[in-house]
Amino acid sequence: SVTGACQAIQKLTRVRVVDNSALGNTPYHRPPKCIHVYNKNGIGKVGDKILLAIKGEKKKALIVGHKMPGPVMTPRFDSNNVVLIEDNGNPIGTRIKTPIPYILRQREGEFSKVLAIARNFV
Amino acid sequence: SYRISSDGKPEKFQPPPKPIIIDKQKQKEERRFLSPEFIPPRGRTDPLKFYIERKDMIQRRKAFNIPEFYVGHILAVTTANPYASEKASRFVGICIQRGGKGLGATFVLRNIIEDQGVEIRYELYNPRIQAIEVLKLEKRLDDNLMYLRDALPEYSTFDVNMKPVPHLDHKEIPVNKLQVRMKPKPWSKRWERPKYNIKGIKFELPEKKMKEAQKWSQPWVEFDMLREYDTSKIEEKIWKEVSEELKK
Repeated sequence: SVTGACQAIQKLTRVRVVDNSALGNTPYHRPPKCIHVYNKNGIGKVGDKILLAIKGEKKKALIVGHKMPGPVMTPRFDSNNVVLIEDNGNPIGTRIKTPIPYILRQREGEFSKVLAIARNFV
Repeated sequence: SYRISSDGKPEKFQPPPKPIIIDKQKQKEERRFLSPEFIPPRGRTDPLKFYIERKDMIQRRKAFNIPEFYVGHILAVTTANPYASEKASRFVGICIQRGGKGLGATFVLRNIIEDQGVEIRYELYNPRIQAIEVLKLEKRLDDNLMYLRDALPEYSTFDVNMKPVPHLDHKEIPVNKLQVRMKPKPWSKRWERPKYNIKGIKFELPEKKMKEAQKWSQPWVEFDMLREYDTSKIEEKIWKEVSEELKK
């Protein structure tokens, strides 16, 4: 199935897990898909939490970048990037190599642990 | 000293011709470049609005130097960012598009960092921008390099710590006739169609597909008089106005 280019993240969008967790990196015959966006409107932007279906399991994740152009001076990535997260906000992986937008630093309180494992900022 | 000509009369002493000194420094500053956002778009708006906008743009340019750059140049932009370390963030990338007119003029920089393609749209006159450095002056065959998104990643990767390549002011900006190789189809846009008029891609598609793409060509658009917008005279006027103001 090859659908068109994905803009902001909503239900059934295929995402790319960007951290070095085992769940995100082991190959599976189905790509990880979003099944719910924790938002009033069903559109997920950078900094929103979503529910992913990976390897037959449900896992929460944080959106760190999408293909949809956002406000000016913010980066637009070539793929929809996501970091796997627990219910309390702790990331599952230990390192994030891909660049993360600086805007996430605004919500330092919720995402402090995710920002701590990030290496590059854009 | 007198020379006797063939008539027998003495000729008057002719001093040697004075040497002509060409000052290369002065010649260098002669290149005229009017940034495309100064040219007002076609429409029925009052020219007063564009005049006021131009005044604001010139004021900003006096406070902060915006260098001459085209699509295809490699730029490094430092912006003020409250969430960055040392409150400033630097991004290096190739300019793929210049859009907007007046104070809302934007340009998009693209680079690939850690195998992830990143594009940032910057506003030229945004006060958050602290510095724009041109690292490499190089024009490309097209005005719009959006096809780099569908090209192989090696054509969009640029070293973040690249040193600025020196370029003499009076020389012409070199055109890089690079033909970019693409990833396999599907692409985000059908770049082979004549509507985009792209010369910088090495199409490795079969002849049949290229011929089929020509079906969408619109050869009459070139001769459509209602679409004509001749900006040469407007450019002359605005260039005079802007250069005088900037010299003050």
